[in-house]
Amino acid sequence: MLAESLALTAALFTIGVIGVLVHRNAIIIFMCVELMLTAVNLTFVAFSRFYGAPGQVFVIFVMTVSAAEAAVGLAIIIAIFRHRQTINLKDINLLRG
Amino acid sequence: MEPHYPLFYTFHFYLFGVIGLTSAIAFVTRKSPVAAALWLVNTMFSLAALFVMLDAEFIGVIQVFVYAGAIMVVFVFVIMLLNLGHPREFAYARGKRWKLVAGVVGLVLLAELMVISRGGLPPSLVVPPGYNQQQLQELNAVGRIAKPLFNEYLLAFELTSVLLLVAIAGAVVLGRGKAVRAS
Repeated sequence: MLAESLALTAALFTIGVIGVLVHRNAIIIFMCVELMLTAVNLTFVAFSRFYGAPGQVFVIFVMTVSAAEAAVGLAIIIAIFRHRQTINLKDINLLRG
Repeated sequence: MEPHYPLFYTFHFYLFGVIGLTSAIAFVTRKSPVAAALWLVNTMFSLAALFVMLDAEFIGVIQVFVYAGAIMVVFVFVIMLLNLGHPREFAYARGKRWKLVAGVVGLVLLAELMVISRGGLPPSLVVPPGYNQQQLQELNAVGRIAKPLFNEYLLAFELTSVLLLVAIAGAVVLGRGKAVRAS
């Protein structure tokens, strides 16, 4: 089942990358990042069957980091929305060259 | 190297894999953030099932609690708070050319990842057969993770708590409005 898990991981990660590139809605982009993180977790779990359980410790770390990232990122989105009344990345181009 | 799996196991593994993959595709093609969030919850659940099938029961439970429970609820809550479910906000996607570029990038990335995953494992690192089952009996499903977490990775674990504290403080500072800051 290792090869199947890795193929599924690759597919899910790629879907996340495509979502980040295609969408302009900041919340959906955030959810795509979460999908990529979860896909990587599947790799850790699949390998931990062959390399031993310590691989699953890293899944805990990835989940903690993604929870922290979601909290801070959503707070940033709320702050931007309060400021500009939109979360469309097309309208948030202050740093554009 | 891999043992022979019963048909029951293989069938359910593929079933949850297909459910997760189709939900992910449905998630990324939705325009409404609410529909996207609910499809992503579906993906998270099927991935939790896969974790349980891959001998990571504790991780599967944590996946349901943290991802499908906590994180996605926060996402849906923010969508509700900012009132983002209106159709006038749906036309956010990029143009056709950009979508084509994204598709090409995705295909190249997928091919790369597939090639890398064909590389196989260095056999010297692979644990002996039956090792996982033996560990599962000695420690249980939680102890198998807790033991390395509180021994080898104790420093990383403590640093994670600092990270969470900083994230809480940052979220509160960013989230509070101007009215509070003025007083």
